[in-house]
Amino acid sequence: MAYQHTIQHKTYTFPDLRTLLARATPFRSGDALASLAADNYEERVAAQMTLADVPLKTFLQEAIIPYEKDEITRLIIDTHDQTAFGPVSHFTVGELRDWLLSDEADTLTLQRLSPGLTPEMVAAVSKLMRNQDLISVAQKCEVVTRFRNTIGLKGHLSVRLQPNHNTDDPKGIAASIIDGLLYGSGDAVIGINPATDSPQAVVQLLHMLDGLRTQFDIPTQSCILCHVTTALEIIQRAPVDLVFQSIGGTEKTNSSFGIHLNLLREAHEAALSLQRGTIGNNVMYFETGQGSALSANAHEGVDQQTCEVRSYAVARKFSPLLVNTVVGFIGPEYLFDGKQIIRAALEDHCCGKLLGLPMGVDICYTNHAEADQDDMDNLLTLLGVAGCNFIMGVPGADDIMLNYQSTSFHDALYARKVLGLKAAPEFEAWLQRQGIINNKGQLQQVGKMHQLLSYNAG
Amino acid sequence: MNNELQHRHPIQEDPWSSLKAFTTARIALGRTGTAIPLREVLSFKLAHAHARDAVYSKLNITLLMEQLQPFHTGTLLLHSSAADRQEYLQRPDKGRRLDADSIKTLHTLPAALLQKDVAIIIADGLSATAMNVHTLPLLTQLIPMLKAAGIATGPICLTEQGRVAIGDEIGELLKTKMTLMLIGERPGLSAADSMGAYITFNPRVGNTDESRNCISNIRQEGLSYDTAAGKICYLLQEAIRLQLSGVGLKDNYHPSQISI
Repeated sequence: MAYQHTIQHKTYTFPDLRTLLARATPFRSGDALASLAADNYEERVAAQMTLADVPLKTFLQEAIIPYEKDEITRLIIDTHDQTAFGPVSHFTVGELRDWLLSDEADTLTLQRLSPGLTPEMVAAVSKLMRNQDLISVAQKCEVVTRFRNTIGLKGHLSVRLQPNHNTDDPKGIAASIIDGLLYGSGDAVIGINPATDSPQAVVQLLHMLDGLRTQFDIPTQSCILCHVTTALEIIQRAPVDLVFQSIGGTEKTNSSFGIHLNLLREAHEAALSLQRGTIGNNVMYFETGQGSALSANAHEGVDQQTCEVRSYAVARKFSPLLVNTVVGFIGPEYLFDGKQIIRAALEDHCCGKLLGLPMGVDICYTNHAEADQDDMDNLLTLLGVAGCNFIMGVPGADDIMLNYQSTSFHDALYARKVLGLKAAPEFEAWLQRQGIINNKGQLQQVGKMHQLLSYNAG
Repeated sequence: MNNELQHRHPIQEDPWSSLKAFTTARIALGRTGTAIPLREVLSFKLAHAHARDAVYSKLNITLLMEQLQPFHTGTLLLHSSAADRQEYLQRPDKGRRLDADSIKTLHTLPAALLQKDVAIIIADGLSATAMNVHTLPLLTQLIPMLKAAGIATGPICLTEQGRVAIGDEIGELLKTKMTLMLIGERPGLSAADSMGAYITFNPRVGNTDESRNCISNIRQEGLSYDTAAGKICYLLQEAIRLQLSGVGLKDNYHPSQISI
């Protein structure tokens, strides 16, 4: 079905919903690379005006990737909750935007609505929202998850401690973990990107992390970010808290990652069967990022932001503890500069939250992107205001294994301080017991004899 | 006096700086309030500045031509269809294809320069700095090894705004059995001048990365010129023997094999 809009005698026609969504997307380099972006500013606004008038019900009738062709489309359609959709079913996309910003759309209402929204509806409405709107709406959402601690409560900001090392040396990794813990990081997860995906190396690192966690009784969880098939292979002989996987928003993208929904289901069930969580059963950790579908030549003519939001349908099927959009890692051919990275991060965070996901953001950039720490400071502050569940903590913001820049332990403390945010409650209490922070949440000077400094990685 | 001292030294050092022995990660930075001390902020900025400058650096064509002359291979100047760095960064597809002038140059070469075993290509990639620094010392090791191994080389192709895959088009037009693409790698904060080497058997436009072998991190503090040249020569010989490159060609090179 074609969509049309006329501006001063000029009629813009968009042949289908997929094209309309792409043309309505705020400019980013990846959509231009895919030849999906609007030709000029007027066409983009024309597309946004057209999109504003599209009824939400249309999204249930017109699949942007055919149902027969793509298992994610099938997942979206088959699991759509008509009852939850009821209260907004008469809206257009534009009316949904106005309603989301109204006082009527409070935290509880948005939580109830979540299963009634499809990724495409959420992507569509986000394209009509300014950065301010993305922050306002996200801030109203609250998505709380639990494993050994409670993540995502309003007023809290958790941190994934990311102690990567270029040769996976356990002592090198342990040094970064101790540094991070003494700076109050690590409540979301202590998560290592391994330099190699060898099962033996992963098992060794898992034992190290688990030993450290139990020795100091840290209320957190650990994860090695290996491929899901590696995790499945070792899960019976290693202390696996969370199962990790990178996911995308088209079946073809996921094929290029070597995964499909049944494999994720199998991994989810295996992780649940270990029953390692003490206060909750959210056992999955997913990573996403705009541009991955195009990068895998698997975008099916869909713009990169809509592809990204479709990947959240995959994530929410498995009730994850953490979903992390690694926003600036992919490079300038997808998100060119600080402005595009910031916009994309706010979109991902807001869209994920609306769909009921525990969103965190890897606030990051590579050295060939037009961005620097000032852009990351801006984004960190914006996401802190938006109520982001967690961010990364990398020593000095410099990941020596992945060769990109993210946020530091210090950055996390800055955000907590200026915005009055706290770590996950159980972890906050542990930090106090360890003398790392005082009862006002301020960092304390620890001595040379602090017990964490006695840790021996073997 | 105490007050005065505190005003002058607001930085709290971390009592675990001994852990720095185990990692090059930026740990035990100390703090002022919750902020990173200025000396560390500036050291980070300097590393980023080096990386940024490397991304925008240019091949020093005059110098490279001069340096390559003693090898008597001849040189060609080529350019991708990415007009400038801005376009190069946003349109990877353009960095993978030659511009019209370069295609013409290759089309009009005398037959004697075609159908060699390997085309050596020097491309800026994401760090021309790396190429300006490492091209001469690497080739000084490599060219004699190739000669000794009986691997025939054509003119060396200096290629601006090039990505790895542009080698496929160059090799196809030069009708060589293989390409050796030497290219500046994406700069990190720890190294802004790292060179990569990619070997592709039967170069054809449209080849994908699994059809290539890659040797990474060639620089003074990384993989030495000597070892890198040995590996490259070994892989080129093996590629000819097996008539393939990529996942089917394993890097079993050992430095003792250097005696050809």
